[in-house]
Amino acid sequence: MRSLRIICPNGHLGFAPLRVESFRLGVAAHPDYVAADSGSDDVGPGPLGTDSSTSPLAWQTHDLEAMLLASRGLGVPMIIGSAGDTGADSRVDLYVRIVKELAEKHRLPRFKLGYFYSEVDREELRRRMRRGETLAGLEGHRALDEAELDATERIVAMAGVHPFIELLKRSADVIIGGRSSDSCVFAAPAIHHGFPEAEAYYLGKVLECASFCAEPYGGKETVLGEITADAVEVTAMHPAQRCTVASVAGHAMYERANPYFEHVAGGTLDMSQCRYEQVSEKTTRITGARFRHAEQFRVKLEGAGKVGERYVGMVGIRDPYTIAHVDEVIGWARDKVRERFGETGYELHYTVYGRDGIMGEMEPMRERPAHELCILVQGVAATAEMAEEVCMIGTRQMFYARLPDVKGSAGSVALALDEVLHASPAYRWTINHTLRCDDPLELFPTHMTAAGV
Amino acid sequence: MATRKLSELAKTVRSKNAGVNLITFDIIFSDRSTYELVKRARVVTRETVCALYRIPPERIADFVEFDPGNAIKFTIYRSRPSGSPGDPDIFGAQQYAPLLDIEVPDS
Repeated sequence: MRSLRIICPNGHLGFAPLRVESFRLGVAAHPDYVAADSGSDDVGPGPLGTDSSTSPLAWQTHDLEAMLLASRGLGVPMIIGSAGDTGADSRVDLYVRIVKELAEKHRLPRFKLGYFYSEVDREELRRRMRRGETLAGLEGHRALDEAELDATERIVAMAGVHPFIELLKRSADVIIGGRSSDSCVFAAPAIHHGFPEAEAYYLGKVLECASFCAEPYGGKETVLGEITADAVEVTAMHPAQRCTVASVAGHAMYERANPYFEHVAGGTLDMSQCRYEQVSEKTTRITGARFRHAEQFRVKLEGAGKVGERYVGMVGIRDPYTIAHVDEVIGWARDKVRERFGETGYELHYTVYGRDGIMGEMEPMRERPAHELCILVQGVAATAEMAEEVCMIGTRQMFYARLPDVKGSAGSVALALDEVLHASPAYRWTINHTLRCDDPLELFPTHMTAAGV
Repeated sequence: MATRKLSELAKTVRSKNAGVNLITFDIIFSDRSTYELVKRARVVTRETVCALYRIPPERIADFVEFDPGNAIKFTIYRSRPSGSPGDPDIFGAQQYAPLLDIEVPDS
């Protein structure tokens, strides 16, 4: 095989539907693989904690259907990573079921459906920690301790290329992956077919967000990547988009701390010596990628823990004097919550839109608030009843706040709703750590089943 | 000396999560000469970013002048992981706005 070509129609399958026109053009180019990643930790810790998806089932099914029909029509494999946003076991099972149902619906000839899980059992992790294994914190965080482990609801491990390659070796036609590094969804088939790791991981890096590597800006459009022994070429499929040196080099920066390095299970892609060259109107060629194997095989773990049930309230302020003293209004309401519930055992958050709601303490203009403010109040506590009361006191008592020189004495805030609303439970990221593994597959059990008729 | 705002000179100014503890900022220019102009002006540096965002230097996790992309890129630590209760910008997508008004001398 001199070259291998992969199309990617969506940078986060399910989060918004793929665009059909460019996908059709991509399929018409007869790629060797159809692949996409379906996960992200950008959606916050809630979905992993509650074991749900943020993506609607209809959109997940839409994209899986388009990709499955294309892949079976072309007779080439389809690969999905990080099923259902989080890659948790229930999300893998969901995607496996959707694929089976779609295969039935379209009477597709029988094919091999491979999948792997990536959830890590909390007690298994505890055993490893007690045996002396250190879970090293990422981004300067301290090592994981048992208290944080106890606070964790669900844990997934971030797969590299290994479980994908394992399933390709066993001739899977469709692969549904648990939590995986985006780039590995594409690097795995390239490595499986014998292409160099550096180019393979770069191929994954450039394809993972679909048309985010093209210009003009526009997501959810298909791009096509081609790997050879010493280069990667990427081509925009949408008639109005191009992959340019600027758009491809620019994409190397996207959502990463450093534009030169990409860390995956087993090593690091080094893009610092990459050279970019426009080879035709819509295509850019990249050479010079390097891959360094890690001295120790470490896998990233993600864990979410529940903080509590949550209610939200909302108030507005128009009086300029009250706006200037909004912290005292909030302080008054906080005091009332404290009088009722004490100092601890709940969380009460105020977001002051019109002053520093979006940037908080980093807001350079927080001393110059707008002429009206909206304040979002969040009450979080162990039970829904308590969260409701925390939020209700924290919201309604703003109405009664006593400011010394206020002219209006009939209510310190405006209420659009005199109620507080039950919101999704609050979660937080508890684990963002790495674990040493002896075997790259040990956290990722692989399975094979059949689908179609 | 005449100045122009960074928003007039840059093609893209954006912020986005880079994992759950970091927010990364990209300032991308259409051409090499504009990029070099801004770089030479020293108006986007670790020091100016810390002053603008009122953060201590240790909050900056990375600062790169990325020549292949005609871009200046820096990354900061969040005060708490994304999506924690009370986090108003789970994606970190609206943290770039203060950069738009940075004044860049013309020469």
